[in-house]
Amino acid sequence: MIRIDSVTKRYPDGTVAVDRLSLEIPDRSITVLVGPSGCGKTTTLRMINRMIEPTEGTILIDGKDVMKQPVNTLRRSMGYVIQNAGLFQHRTIIDNIATVPRLLGWSKDKARERARELMGRVGLDGALAKRYPYQLSGGQQQRVGVARALAADPPVLLMDEPFSAVDPVVRKGLQDELLRIQEELGKTIVFVTHDIDEAVKIGTMVAVMRTGGKLAQFAPPAELLSAPADAFVEDFLGADRGIRRLSFFSSAGLDLLTTPIVAVDATAEQIAARTTPDAPYLLVTDLNGKPLGWSEPGALAAGRIDPARLVSHGRPFVHGKESLRAALDGSVLSPTGWAVAVDTEGRVAGVVSQQTIGEAIRAAHAEGRADAKVAG
Amino acid sequence: MSGFFDIPSDLQNTYWGLVGLHLREALIPVLAGLVVALPIAQLCVRLRWLYPPVLWITTVLYAIPSLAFFVVLIDYTGQTETTVMIPLAVYSLVVFVPAIVDGVRSVPQETLDAATAMGLGPIRRYVQVQLPIAAPAIIAGLRVATVSSISLVSVGMLIGNQGGLGNLLNDGMIYHQPRLIWLSVIGTAVLAILADAVLVVIRLVVTPWMPRGGRKTRPVDEPARPEPVAPALEDVVR
Repeated sequence: MIRIDSVTKRYPDGTVAVDRLSLEIPDRSITVLVGPSGCGKTTTLRMINRMIEPTEGTILIDGKDVMKQPVNTLRRSMGYVIQNAGLFQHRTIIDNIATVPRLLGWSKDKARERARELMGRVGLDGALAKRYPYQLSGGQQQRVGVARALAADPPVLLMDEPFSAVDPVVRKGLQDELLRIQEELGKTIVFVTHDIDEAVKIGTMVAVMRTGGKLAQFAPPAELLSAPADAFVEDFLGADRGIRRLSFFSSAGLDLLTTPIVAVDATAEQIAARTTPDAPYLLVTDLNGKPLGWSEPGALAAGRIDPARLVSHGRPFVHGKESLRAALDGSVLSPTGWAVAVDTEGRVAGVVSQQTIGEAIRAAHAEGRADAKVAG
Repeated sequence: MSGFFDIPSDLQNTYWGLVGLHLREALIPVLAGLVVALPIAQLCVRLRWLYPPVLWITTVLYAIPSLAFFVVLIDYTGQTETTVMIPLAVYSLVVFVPAIVDGVRSVPQETLDAATAMGLGPIRRYVQVQLPIAAPAIIAGLRVATVSSISLVSVGMLIGNQGGLGNLLNDGMIYHQPRLIWLSVIGTAVLAILADAVLVVIRLVVTPWMPRGGRKTRPVDEPARPEPVAPALEDVVR
């Protein structure tokens, strides 16, 4: 465990970057430091590997004071990932990754073998091994940065806004990849970001810091969204924290309606039988059960339904796997106001109205507990 | 038998012997200058306030005519090659110090931070990261210094046949032999061009990691540098 104990960083000119900060960073989980610029989050991170030395207070790793260890030994025992990757532009990808193992005295062959293994782990094509950094895209460079940090299998990983400089699509991919790698490796990760969405998405614990280097709140993301400690945290979370909090409630408890669903080759009897007073529309699926679109029952011609005349069904959500947020989003995007639930194969599992989703949300809030974080 | 490359006997050498002498007198000072400039430049990188005064001093030294250097140095080192080479080494500093400082400073902060965070101490960081990344800038400086040094060696003739091919220029004027003058001037220019070409090849070999034309993936932020051969040729003609 990393224990930050009333640490203060004061610069000679009197600026206080971090002010009596105390944090207990749990092992084998991702702890995110988040806050506006100038809140001291990067300073805090850099005090863990002594790139910046604290003015007061102590930082203990498994009970050992970082200030009492040889600085380079300490640093080689921690991976460090930085914005823009900070790769060595004069070294090939494989030699970049092999840097710390080489410093630790591994043979060249062993270090390179390890580097190759890591390229696979972070999703890099082995053919890139002999390339130079300038030949890679920003996202690929960042993957190299992660592989380089993991090379000597350090128990601790420090990540300083690692994904801020890549575009949103690539960033989402990298975040998912990090969560996957973390599931496999179980490192103690300290992650700095200014993006609250990123913090909520990847953090097991989130420390919100405010300007002046003070801790505003230290809590799991769901708690942060449901019970912000003060006006600053609430403001920092943004206007739609209620919606985002729904990410933490599973859609598994939603009562799906399975009646108003017909296949594209439905007969007149089937259409009549499936029409219920509960739902003003029928969802048409293809022969494999995948959703095609909505229609009013009267507009359907038996035996030959024209998919081109159906109303869009919006984005379906995966029932039980995705969150109430995805379900609500699906119903808002659907012109009928009904969301389509599918199974993991993409086949329709049922439909659900905004009203039912609203009831589920109220019930979830009343129970006051968030399920384990669910995807989406 | 009188060949095109025959030269007067008072030079006590062959044409190719003079070429060798010329190269030696030009290149040793450049290497010496580089060795001296590396620690000076590193100091300037570490102590920012030191850079402007150092730049100022190297510029003032560059402004001192070599003849003035000779007058002072002859008392200590006599009419020798050393007397010619010392000012040349001093002149090369005006090129090397800024080239190395700019090169080392061009290493991105993230790269340095990453190196520090991975546990590279200051010496490893300098040798394994900063110097290799500064290599293109240093070699650019090396090109300018080499070519200008090759052209400046000729003034060594002023202290008695210590100017390599410059001695031939002097003889050509004394004996009114245009052929000797051409041999001197063209020979010096060809040496400068060849030396520059060799350095360009070295640059390409030691920096395979530099983006090259055609397969660039990002803009190359290499500042435009003066073509070294041009000022050198001016010096030769002067």
